[in-house]
Amino acid sequence: MAMTDLIHADLHERYGTKAYSSLTMHRLGLWLFIISDAFFFTALISSRYFVSGTDRPDALIQELGLALTAVLLLSSLSAYRSEVAASHGDTEGAKRWIMITIIAGFVFLGGVVFEWYEAFHDFPPGSGFGTTFFTLTGIHTTHVISGIILLAFVYRRAAKGEYGPGHYWGVEGAAKYWHFVDLAWVFIYPTLYLVGESVEMGAHG
Amino acid sequence: MTALKPLGRAILFALIGFLIGAGLSAALVEAAGRDEMKEPIIAGGYMFALIGWLFGVGVWGSWVREWFGATVKPFHIEGWGRYLGFSTDHKVIGVQYGVTTIVIFLLAGALALLMRIELADANSTLLSRTDYNTVMGLHGIMMIAVAVAALMGGFANYVMPLMIGADDVAFPRLNALSFWIVPPVAVLLILTPLFGGMDTGWTGYPPLSSQGPTGNLLFLMAFTTFGLSSILGGLNFLATIITMRAPGMTWSRIPIFVWAVFAASLISLTATQFVAYALLMVIFERVFGMHFFDGTIGGDAILFEHVFWFYSHPAVYVMILPAFGIELEILSHFARKPVFAYKWVVRAFFSIVGLSFVVWAHHLFTSGMSSELHGPFMVLTELISIPTGVVFLAAVGTIWRGRLWLKTPMLFAMGVIANFLIGGLTGLYVADVVTDLNFQDTYFVVAHFHYTIVGGEIFALMGAIYYWYPKITGRMYSERLGRIHFIGMMVLYNVTFIPMFIVGAQGMNRRVADYPAEFENLNMFITVSSLLLGLAFIPFVYNMVNSWIRGRKAGDNPWGARTLEWQTTSPPPEENFETQPVVVEDPYGYGDPDAKHFEFPSGSGHVAEPAGGDD
Repeated sequence: MAMTDLIHADLHERYGTKAYSSLTMHRLGLWLFIISDAFFFTALISSRYFVSGTDRPDALIQELGLALTAVLLLSSLSAYRSEVAASHGDTEGAKRWIMITIIAGFVFLGGVVFEWYEAFHDFPPGSGFGTTFFTLTGIHTTHVISGIILLAFVYRRAAKGEYGPGHYWGVEGAAKYWHFVDLAWVFIYPTLYLVGESVEMGAHG
Repeated sequence: MTALKPLGRAILFALIGFLIGAGLSAALVEAAGRDEMKEPIIAGGYMFALIGWLFGVGVWGSWVREWFGATVKPFHIEGWGRYLGFSTDHKVIGVQYGVTTIVIFLLAGALALLMRIELADANSTLLSRTDYNTVMGLHGIMMIAVAVAALMGGFANYVMPLMIGADDVAFPRLNALSFWIVPPVAVLLILTPLFGGMDTGWTGYPPLSSQGPTGNLLFLMAFTTFGLSSILGGLNFLATIITMRAPGMTWSRIPIFVWAVFAASLISLTATQFVAYALLMVIFERVFGMHFFDGTIGGDAILFEHVFWFYSHPAVYVMILPAFGIELEILSHFARKPVFAYKWVVRAFFSIVGLSFVVWAHHLFTSGMSSELHGPFMVLTELISIPTGVVFLAAVGTIWRGRLWLKTPMLFAMGVIANFLIGGLTGLYVADVVTDLNFQDTYFVVAHFHYTIVGGEIFALMGAIYYWYPKITGRMYSERLGRIHFIGMMVLYNVTFIPMFIVGAQGMNRRVADYPAEFENLNMFITVSSLLLGLAFIPFVYNMVNSWIRGRKAGDNPWGARTLEWQTTSPPPEENFETQPVVVEDPYGYGDPDAKHFEFPSGSGHVAEPAGGDD
C-alpha cells in the first residue's frame, strides 16, 4: 500500500465517510478561488505592457501611491490579528481588529477615488495609460469593496458571538481573502507607479 | 403551481434588477454628460438583472439569508418541479445541465442547417450577409457552450460524485449557482439578433467587435457570464474529487472519467479567467470608452487574440478530456477488459493540461504576431500529439482482443476512435506553419475542428447519454432506434465533413455567405448530406423522450459494470448510497473472477445485482 493510501485510510478513520473535515473543504475551496483569481490578475497586469509599454505619466501622485500601499499592507496585519483574536475566543478583540481593517479599506478607497479624480484630467480612461490605469485600479477596487462587504458580514456575526476557538472560519476566510487583495495590489503598485520612465503625457498620451 | 414559483420570482426580480441597474447607469451617463451612450445603460441593467435573477431563483432564500444571521430555507420540491428550482442535489443539477445543453445543441444544429441552406449556392439567397454572420456567430458560441457544459456540467455533475462514492459535490449550493447562471446567457444570445446581430463570429475579435452594433455587447456579456459558470464548476469538481472520495478510493483506484474531469477542471478553473479578461477589455471599450486595441493610442489588437486564445485553446481540452474519459470508460466496460495503460493515460491527461497552456499562439500564425514565435509554437503544438496519441493507443489497446459487446454506447465510443484519428491527423496540417498559411481561414480548418469536437466530443456525449440513460431515468432506451441513430450519424457526419477538407484545401474561405462558383457542386452535396444528418437526430429525440415515459425498467446495473454508480438503485436515492461503499481495488478488474472494486459493510443496505456479470 502506497503512503498516500495509508494517509487516506487514516483520514477516513477520523472523519467517517468523508476523508476531510468541512473546514478543510472550505479552505481548499478558498485557495482554489484565489488561484483562479490570480490568473485574472496575471492577465490584467501583463496587458499593461502591451497597451502602454513601460512609460508612466509624471502626473501620477507618487506619495499617494506609496501611502495607499502602506495602508493596505498594514490592514493585512489587522486582518491577521482579528483571525488570531477570534481563534482565542476574544470577541471584543476580533471585532476591534475587523473594524480597523474595514476602516483601512475605506481609507484606501478614498485615496483611489482622489487619484481617479486627478487622473480624469491628466490621463483619462480613453488614453493609452489611462486605459490600463483605470482598468487595473478599477478591478482591484471591486475586490476591495467585496472584501469590505465580507468583513462587514463577519463583523456582524462576530458581534453576535458566533466565533470562538475551533469555529472561526468566517473570520479566517475573510482575512485570507483580504490578504489576497493586498497581495494583488503589491503587484499592481509597481506595475503602475514604479516601472519604467516617468514621462510627460498629454490627455491622449 | 408551487413548482413554478422560483422561476416566476426570478423573472420578476430580474426585471426589477434591470430597472434599478439601468436607472443608476442612466443617471451616471447623464452626470457625465454623455447622453448619447446607450450601452452603459444596457450593461448596468444586465448586471443588476443577473443578480436579481439569481437572488429570485433561490440564492437569497437558501444562501445569502444565512449571512444576515437568518435561517435558510433549503429548496425542497418533489417530482418534476425540482428541476425548475434551486435544487442542490448534484443529480438534479446534472439533469438540468444535460437537458438544457441538449436543447441548445439542437437549436445550434438548426442554425448550422440554416447556414448550409444558404451555402447551397454561391450567392446570397436566404440570408443577408449580416444575418449570415449573426447565424454563424450564434451557432459557434452556442456549440462552444454545449461542448463545455454538456459533459462537464451534465455528466461530470451527475456521474462523478456517484463514481467516487460521495453523497454530493463539495459545495452543493455553488453547484446550483453555476447552473442558474446559464439561463441568462441563453436569453442574451437569443436577444442578440434583435439588437443588430453581430459580425464577428464566436471569437469576437476587436476592433470589429468593439465597433459593431449592440448585439456584440450582448454576446460579450453572455460569454463572460458563461465563463463564470465554468470557473465555479471547475472549482467545485476539483474540491469534490480531492475531498469526497469514498473510503479506500485512493488516487490509483479512481475511474478514468474522474481523472479526466479533474484534469479538465484545472483548465476551467484557471484559463477561463483569461477569456473573461479578454471579453471585459472589449466591454470596457464599448461601455467606458477605453482603448486597448487602438494602435494610434498605444494599444494593439493582437493583445485580444493572445489573451483570448490563452483560454480558448485550453478550452478545447475542457471539451475533449471528459470525452476521452467517457470513451475509455465505455470501451473498458463493453470490452470486459481493463483500461489499457491506465497510469499512462492519467499522465497523458496531465501532460495535455500542461501543454495546452503553451500552444495558444498557433491561432495567431497569420495575425501579424512576430515571426520568431512561429517556430516554438509549432513545435509545442505538435508535442501535444504525443499524449493524445497515448490516449488513442490506450483506447485501441483496451478493445484489443476483447469480446466486444456492440451496444449503442459502445458503437459511439468506437466512433470516437475513428473520427478523432482523422481530426488529430488533420490537426498536424494546421499546426505546421507552412501549411497553415494556406489552410488558415478555409473550410479545411472548419472540417478539422468539427472532426475533433463533433467526431470526438459529441460522439462521446451521445455514447454517454446512452450509457448512463438507464441509470438516470431508470428505464432502458430502444436499442434499435439507438443503432439507427448511430449508423445515420456516423455515415452522414463523415459524408458531410470529408468534402469540407476538399473545398478547404482548394481555397474556399470560411465565414462567408458567398463563394466562387467553382465550389458550388461540392457545397450542394455538403448541404444535402447535412440536412440528412439533421434528420438522423429525429430517432434520437424520439427515443429519449419516449423511453423516459414508457421504456422498460432497466434495473440497477444493466451493463454489469463495476464502477460505483451502478451499485445503487436506478435512479439513485437522494443520498446516492444507502450505505457507504468501501473501495478495495481498482474498478477495471475484468477477466479476474476474484477481483472486486468495492464492498458494502456486511449485512447492510441495498446491494445491486453483482457486478461483472455476463451479458
